Amino acid sequence: MIEQIPYLAVILIAGIGIATILLKKNLIKMIMGLAIIEGAANLFLIILGYREGGIAPIFTNAPGGEMVLPTVQAMTLTNIVIGFATTALLLAFAIIIYRKYGSVETNNIRRLRE
Amino acid sequence: MDFTATLFTGTGFWNPIIWILAFVITSIVAYLIWRSGVSTYQKGTEQVKPYLSGNAEPEKSAVHIGGGNLYWGFTEGLKGYYSRLVPLHTGDLNDYMLWYFGVIIAVFALVVIFL
Amino acid sequence: MSQYAALLLAIPLLAAFAMPLTGLIGKRIRNSWAIIAMLATVTAALLLVWEVLTQGTIVYAFGAFDSAQAIPFDSGGVPIRILFVIDAMSAFMILTAAIMMFAATLYSISSESEQTGQDGYYALLFLLMAGIFGMVSTGDLFNFFVFLEINSLAGAALAAYRIKGGVAVEGGLKYAFISTVAGLFFLIAVGMLYGQYNSLNIAYIASVIDFTGLSLVAVVLMIVSLAMKSGSVPMHFWTPDTYSSAPSSITALLIVSSMASLYAIFRIAFSLFGLTMNVVTIGWVIIILGILSMFIGVSMALPQKDVKRLMAYHSVSQIGYMLVGLGVGVAVLGDAQMLAQFGVVAMEGGIFHIINYALYKGLLFLIAGAVIYRCGTANLNDLGGLGHSMKWTMGFFIIAALAIAGIPPFNGFASKLMIYESVFIFNPFIAVIAMVVSIMTLASFVKVFHSMFMGPKLPQYETVKEVPMPMLIGMGLLAVLIILFGLFPDLVVNTLVEPAALALLDRSGYIASVMGGI
Repeated sequence: MIEQIPYLAVILIAGIGIATILLKKNLIKMIMGLAIIEGAANLFLIILGYREGGIAPIFTNAPGGEMVLPTVQAMTLTNIVIGFATTALLLAFAIIIYRKYGSVETNNIRRLRE
Repeated sequence: MDFTATLFTGTGFWNPIIWILAFVITSIVAYLIWRSGVSTYQKGTEQVKPYLSGNAEPEKSAVHIGGGNLYWGFTEGLKGYYSRLVPLHTGDLNDYMLWYFGVIIAVFALVVIFL
Repeated sequence: MSQYAALLLAIPLLAAFAMPLTGLIGKRIRNSWAIIAMLATVTAALLLVWEVLTQGTIVYAFGAFDSAQAIPFDSGGVPIRILFVIDAMSAFMILTAAIMMFAATLYSISSESEQTGQDGYYALLFLLMAGIFGMVSTGDLFNFFVFLEINSLAGAALAAYRIKGGVAVEGGLKYAFISTVAGLFFLIAVGMLYGQYNSLNIAYIASVIDFTGLSLVAVVLMIVSLAMKSGSVPMHFWTPDTYSSAPSSITALLIVSSMASLYAIFRIAFSLFGLTMNVVTIGWVIIILGILSMFIGVSMALPQKDVKRLMAYHSVSQIGYMLVGLGVGVAVLGDAQMLAQFGVVAMEGGIFHIINYALYKGLLFLIAGAVIYRCGTANLNDLGGLGHSMKWTMGFFIIAALAIAGIPPFNGFASKLMIYESVFIFNPFIAVIAMVVSIMTLASFVKVFHSMFMGPKLPQYETVKEVPMPMLIGMGLLAVLIILFGLFPDLVVNTLVEPAALALLDRSGYIASVMGGI
């Protein structure tokens, strides 16, 4: 059971992120919710690579034993960079919308509808 | 390019070249029939003006129906369907996300039930 | 190893990053650089398609001398490099994307000539094209996710390009938000598959996959996320918003981006999972999504007043046709007799519809852009009588509208005929709904034609003339292709579509091309 706690943490964090996106009306809070879901995805990827008692995946002067998986660490780094670019773009959009519309509530940025 | 430009579906076939030939031949026949028509028809006289109970014909820009109003009858007839469908397209970002997670749960339920 | 696969990706990336530098020198240099890079990319794409159609599946391993080095001898049969696996279906999508890139870039040269920030526009355009080409050629799941994100970000930034008082930015924001959520859940699904099989390569996972509950969660997440990215009901709400506020040439490219997501659904359903999953259930899920998209898309399009929003709803509806065609293919994958009788024809119809749809929908959006460029408004209530002054545009519109409604002899009729006939054997109600939707499509385009081009010449459009030559060439190329594909459908089906359908069905061939028949 104790090995499953990290996966439960992932589900909990993703749930908090999803709830933020669904329930909050402020655009900035929704972008924060998106960043929380992204954190959950990164955590999930890192946990997949963990091996009990493993060492860092570096071959030079490695003591013996099992290594944790390095591929997921590469995937997580890529995802962090992608998330950074996405959050920057979304926040730039939020700034322009605030300037033009006067509000960042999703109730008010609804000029394109039906 | 040989003349076998025929698309064979499993149960039928479609040949656009033969269709165009048939269309052209039919158009020629229709044109010949049209040419041997009524000989007392003159364009540009009173014969071509529409009859509006003796009223003057209004100018064209006053009777041109704009785009948004062309299918009023259709949308009015299907009012029950449209009055439920159009308000769903709110434009609100939260609703878009709600539909996404709803569909994930619905498809998941469907796949698990019919496994 | 074929070098065109790497050039296909390298040229747009180089062009994108060198665009601001050429923009510093001058405007004509930058426009010529864009045209040269676009021609080079299209040439590389066409040569690559030619090579795949004559020599079979191409496997390109990045960073290795030869594709045989993709599987090192001491890795236990696991491919460790990033592979591009280009079979006939990927070649088909590359061809579609290359044609649209040619038309859209030519069109942009004159439609964006008055705007500021054109350096950024062309740079993002080439990044979008690099993303699309990468998405349809890759054989690696995480690489697909990276290209998906490149696509989404470039597309969203381009959709918000003309700020237009904030309305375009709202469209771009919705697109970026939707794509990011879809991409994150796709990544979680990829992580689930990686955790079980310790590899990201599609061919390797396909060879060792075993359908557990975790794979079920993964396939549901992947299919629903990609369906949202391609704009199928009930997650289609972003489509009219984004397509109507983006510049018209970008809308034509966003359509190709949706097609690439649709391609990914079928790659996952046919090549990654294949018969290991419950094909009847997943097939019916795809068919239900398709039927809803067809009907709701076209019925929302009829009362619209904005011409680009109307066309975007039609885009949702046409995606439904492809989902139905290929969904029937998925549903009968297990039954060999039904597959031979109508399943392959349904898949061919769906795949043929992809290129037809890209051609006529791209042409329609470019026409809408031409009208907006000259008249300044997209509201159907204000437009009228443009047939007097914009004759070429009206001609192209007639061709495209007849093609989308499925009127002979244009190409829409050929692909819709294949879908109707095969789906009718599967379940007659679906074919009837598809035909009704086709009639409603014709109705809405008659409405657009009447309100834009027919009628008396309105006084406020007295000075409207025809659009400039680059726009006409871009539109003309698409119109000529629509007529050619309509006149010779069996040529297109035999050389392009049938190899693509057979490549999708041939799961073991896909695996063998990477794993070398182990």
